Amino acid sequence: MAVVSAETAGIRTTGLTKSYGSVHAVRGIDLVIAPGETVALLGPNGAGKTTTVDIFLGLARPDGGTVFVFGASPTEAVRSGWVGAMLQSGSLPDHLRVRELVTLLASYYPHPRRVDEVLDQTGTADIAGRWTNKLSGGQAQRVRFAAALASNADLLILDEPTAGIDVEGRREIWRAIRAVAERGKTVLFATHYLEEADANADRIVLIARGEIVADGPGSEIKAKVGSRTVKATLPGVELAELRALPGVLGAERHGEAVTLSCSDTDAALGALFGSFPAVRDVEVRGASLEEAFLELTGDEHGDQDAKVEASRPGNEEPG
Amino acid sequence: MKGTIHVRYEILRSARNPLLLGISWALPLVVFYAVAPEQRHALADCLTAPNGHGMTDCVSFPLYFMTAMAAYGAMWATIAPGARIARDRGKGWIRQLRTTPLRARTEAVAKVLASYLGALPALVLLYLAGVSLGVRLDAAQWFEMTGLLLVGLAPFVAIGIVFGHLVPPDAITVAEAGFVVILALLGGAFGTLFAGGVMLRVVKLLPSYWLVQAGKTAIGSGSWPAEAWIVVGIWTLCSVPLAALAYQHDKARV
Ligand SMILES: Nc1ncnc2c1ncn2[C@@H]1O[C@H](COP(=O)(O)OP(=O)(O)OP(=O)(O)O)[C@@H](O)[C@H]1O
Ligand SMILES: [Mg+2]
Repeated sequence: MAVVSAETAGIRTTGLTKSYGSVHAVRGIDLVIAPGETVALLGPNGAGKTTTVDIFLGLARPDGGTVFVFGASPTEAVRSGWVGAMLQSGSLPDHLRVRELVTLLASYYPHPRRVDEVLDQTGTADIAGRWTNKLSGGQAQRVRFAAALASNADLLILDEPTAGIDVEGRREIWRAIRAVAERGKTVLFATHYLEEADANADRIVLIARGEIVADGPGSEIKAKVGSRTVKATLPGVELAELRALPGVLGAERHGEAVTLSCSDTDAALGALFGSFPAVRDVEVRGASLEEAFLELTGDEHGDQDAKVEASRPGNEEPG
Repeated sequence: MKGTIHVRYEILRSARNPLLLGISWALPLVVFYAVAPEQRHALADCLTAPNGHGMTDCVSFPLYFMTAMAAYGAMWATIAPGARIARDRGKGWIRQLRTTPLRARTEAVAKVLASYLGALPALVLLYLAGVSLGVRLDAAQWFEMTGLLLVGLAPFVAIGIVFGHLVPPDAITVAEAGFVVILALLGGAFGTLFAGGVMLRVVKLLPSYWLVQAGKTAIGSGSWPAEAWIVVGIWTLCSVPLAALAYQHDKARV
């Protein structure tokens, strides 16, 4: 990760905290996002993604800590037209057609995109003439995305941009987001879908219970948890002995089978065969990002609501 | 110019609201034609003469009722955009707007213009209806009356904005309707309630009373008395900062 100063950082925040009554939504977030970076804010429901993003947009005031957006306060950055946003919740105003709505949003910004281009990219060209309050959930979500895209702002903040959108639509939206990133814009999106974060962001900031639990490229996050799992049949060996092997982070036993999570499988395998010639059925598996995710955001503090969405279910309602 | 698209769409959204057209344009017209033809030659809106005997200050019924219904429709039209603020707020749209560089000034200009443009057809339609029943004013009087009506509507524009930012979306229609109907009723839009006495003095404190009185320009005494300017002035001076405060309050809510 590049070192960025407050002046040149897209977003720089230190010690960010925000509580709603007794709920500590954000507790001490430090984050620097360089201009041009695409960052995913990944975390389970209630992790504090929306709260964090709302603070970056000047919609919520932090209880503590500092935030700079391109060196200015969030409110100043928004007023200057440097930020385009798609919020997690909210529906569209009535008595406007889709094209009018996108035109209206674009008109607020100093250097907006061409409306037709945006409608094409977001798959909303064919509903451009429809009333905004008579769209399906996914269509409305696409229009909200189109409105954010039209801003052509240097920083695009998207809170769960693909929630409730079908497969084809998701592909279109990510294509559009990557196109924005390729033009040197900074993109921050919140999601709880791993594949989305891994496939579309330069960097994943994993947050759970209001704190950053991991920050780096998808591969780095996997490495952090142990890049691979080794399974083998090995009766009568103490787990402590296995855990002491080089390259092994943890060991579990299910009957005769043992599972080792490893930071370095080569070293671990060598040591395993060397120390335990009786080992059989050795199998090496890559730990999925999902496992990393579950491990990092898991239930360390007995937090009941830290549920995790390990894989994408079918279509979901935004909200 | 920056902001013109916002203003244009604000007006467009206003005009696309069928309820606005129905309540503020059509309804007063219908009521006017239902009531005024029968009383074409009657006098109305008289006050007790200063010596306590007889009546003074009367105008023809069609003129009185034309102004009254124009004022009623215009009150509706000017306060109505407030309901849209409440609906937009309920839908989270105001929050979305807060993530854009849209200026408060542009928003205010758009709201005021949309309000007044909604009121103009209400006035013009009722003027035409009045003329069709024999109301005759010279050009200066028409202009003066219109000017007074527009000035007297200012508090309604501001109060619409106050309501829009403070009243929950599901209560906004009732709140606005209650406000307009009570003020119109007390102000004499459905028939003068008081020809003198302490109640007359009370209703003279309402801007709606002076809206209905704008038609008096036709009887020589001309424009509003100083009292009208003071009442409307105070209502405006109080409601406009209130609207600004309500807007700020909504904006600051986190
Ligand atoms: N306005 C509010 N009032 C009270 N509590 C709130 C409010 N907004 C959020 N919270 C709480 O703060 C915590 C963080 O919420 P936040 O919306 O930031 O989570 P999130 O990561 O965006 O979750 P999701 O994936 O479900 O959108 C949650 O426990 C939530 O209940
Ligand atoms: Mg959220």
